[in-house]
Amino acid sequence: MMTRPLLDVHDLRVTFRIRREGAMPWAAPLPLHAVSGVDFTLDPGETLGVVGESGCGKSTLARALIGLVPAAGRAEWIDGRDLIGLSPRQMMTYRSDIQMVFQDPLASLNPRMTVGQIIAEPLKTHRPGLKSAEVKERVKAMMEKVGLLPNQINRYPHEFSGGQCQRIGIARALIVEPKLIICDEPVSALDVSIQAQVINLLIRLQRELGLALIFIAHDLSVVKHISDRVMVLYLGKVMEIGTTDDLFADPQHPYTQALLSAVPVPDPDYDPAATVVPLAGDLPSPMSPPSGCVFRTRCPRAQPVCARQVPALLGDAHQTACHFPGPLSDEEIARARAVRAA
Amino acid sequence: MVIEERKMQSLAARLSQDEVRGRSPWADARKRFVRNKAAMAGLIILILVGLFALLGEYVAAWSNDELDFTVMGQVAQMGMPSLQNGHYFGTDDLGRDLFARTVQGTQISLMVGIVGAAIAVVVGTLYGATAGYVGGRTDQFMMRAVDILMSIPYMFVLILLLVMFGRSMSMLFLGIGLISWLDMSRIVRGQTLSLKNREFIEAARAIGVPAWKIVLRHVVPNLLGVVAVYATLLVPLMILTESFISFLGLGVQEPLTSWGALISEGAGTMNYGTLWQLAFPLFFFVITLFGFFFVGDGLRDALDPKDR
Ligand SMILES: Nc1ncnc2c1ncn2[C@@H]1O[C@H](COP(=O)(O)OP(=O)(O)OP(=O)(O)O)[C@@H](O)[C@H]1O
Ligand code: SF4
Ligand SMILES: [Mg+2]
Repeated sequence: MMTRPLLDVHDLRVTFRIRREGAMPWAAPLPLHAVSGVDFTLDPGETLGVVGESGCGKSTLARALIGLVPAAGRAEWIDGRDLIGLSPRQMMTYRSDIQMVFQDPLASLNPRMTVGQIIAEPLKTHRPGLKSAEVKERVKAMMEKVGLLPNQINRYPHEFSGGQCQRIGIARALIVEPKLIICDEPVSALDVSIQAQVINLLIRLQRELGLALIFIAHDLSVVKHISDRVMVLYLGKVMEIGTTDDLFADPQHPYTQALLSAVPVPDPDYDPAATVVPLAGDLPSPMSPPSGCVFRTRCPRAQPVCARQVPALLGDAHQTACHFPGPLSDEEIARARAVRAA
Repeated sequence: MVIEERKMQSLAARLSQDEVRGRSPWADARKRFVRNKAAMAGLIILILVGLFALLGEYVAAWSNDELDFTVMGQVAQMGMPSLQNGHYFGTDDLGRDLFARTVQGTQISLMVGIVGAAIAVVVGTLYGATAGYVGGRTDQFMMRAVDILMSIPYMFVLILLLVMFGRSMSMLFLGIGLISWLDMSRIVRGQTLSLKNREFIEAARAIGVPAWKIVLRHVVPNLLGVVAVYATLLVPLMILTESFISFLGLGVQEPLTSWGALISEGAGTMNYGTLWQLAFPLFFFVITLFGFFFVGDGLRDALDPKDR
């Protein structure tokens, strides 16, 4: 029997209305499709990595799932409830199930609150019946769990290092025993040496608590390390999604291949110039995305049909949104390099 | 194995240690403030003026509405400051003890300043923070209302109110309270807008903290620095406003008095050689204003250190 996914997202869309600078007050604002039709599923206890260039809508996707920005489409929770468009009161029940860890560890903590108050806030919001002694007990236990000294409970965020601040952020997310944690680039603001500690902490906690993770990152090697499956976004659309092993070993979409080729390989003979597939041109504006396949303006394999028809996301476990999936040939790589050089 | 054991013991000791006291941002600011000499001098002046207002009555030999018949009619010769007859600051033109009257005027002026600033802090902060945090149409509406209120020449309205409804303390407080919070609400709104997009506010929203609690627990505490500075600078402004109105003869009613009223009387009799009638109230007025400005400046530097 198939188990139900924890989260089943279908055709999720987030559109911002942008008022152009200097436009007349009555001029209609222009739509910006930050997320335009994303589909994926997430099983309980699974980690989904989300990668893509800056501005492709990763954070917006996270914020839509947690109800911070209005969205359209469906996001079905394991109990069958659609999370999109719930009233704030209805959403309250699910807020303790879905928590978020933010990118900037220090900025995500209120500088005027002690660590104890910060970590206790979700508990006080979602379990108002708890006595304060009990809250303190749980906060201390959670601090210990994430590798903080419980006697630091009265300290303020500015007295901690970046890595410790992120541990506080993780403790705050975990205290209400969520089923899903969305991590929006949780380590990209940290020193490399600290990154590994925080990542390993996340992995350990996930195994212990059976959490599902949506892990957003720039750094593909981190994503590869932590994820069960990976989703590649481009201009608010899913380009490719598959298990980590499949996707890294055998990427089908030209965009994924370009992204992966840019990952440094720990090899002394490694010459980036020989392997990198460059991306021609700049990221198009999400206010006026290309017709058909959104990647076509930078794709070395683009054909006339790519401009006319939006490629559907096809496949079973390993899905690709491309009319001509498959590994890039040497000729195509050479063409991409030539365009870049010109 | 000895070392291991010792390590474990120290770790256990560390873990079971009492909770460490945190160094709050306020504590840091307090330390910087104490190091600031001008601000500390201002604070000491203000404390002394405050003590003068509170305890002066017990020192005074006369009450503020008693007429001293021995000096009446010859104030310029007999009414000068002297320790013998108990008129430490001399007498006013009618032969009333100026020390007692200055004490009483200080009480009124400080009260006007502090009440005005307190109204500004409470109303202005909540109003501005709400407008800024809610945003959108509510914000537009609330701030347009402030704009409209600000465009009214308030001094004119205040004078009109005092003339129409008669001079009374409550009218004065009402008038000053009505205007004092407008600027504050604008400043607070601006600050709130910049706070609103900070990640910790977003984190609180993601947790599901209700909006009013976000305003009270996350927005307002992070605004208090600005509010504190502005409030200390607002107190002298309120005192000045009241003094101006009293100077015009519309302020508090006899036998009550205020710095403005005393200065006005003193200035009127300057030519008769009774300079002390101007000098004493003016002295308190000036040092208090300076005190507040120094403290306000010191607070700003303490709360917003550039070298961070
Ligand atoms: N509140 C907003 N109002 C208008 N446009 C927005 C808003 N938030 C995001 N955008 C736009 O939506 C697009 C996607 O932004 P998003 O922050 O989701 O990207 P991202 O993938 O997280 O990028 P990064 O890797 O830099 O964090 C961008 O073009 C951005 O300008
Ligand atoms: S659909 Fe066409 S343009 Fe888009 S990625 Fe595939 S080949 Fe390139
Ligand atoms: Mg982002």
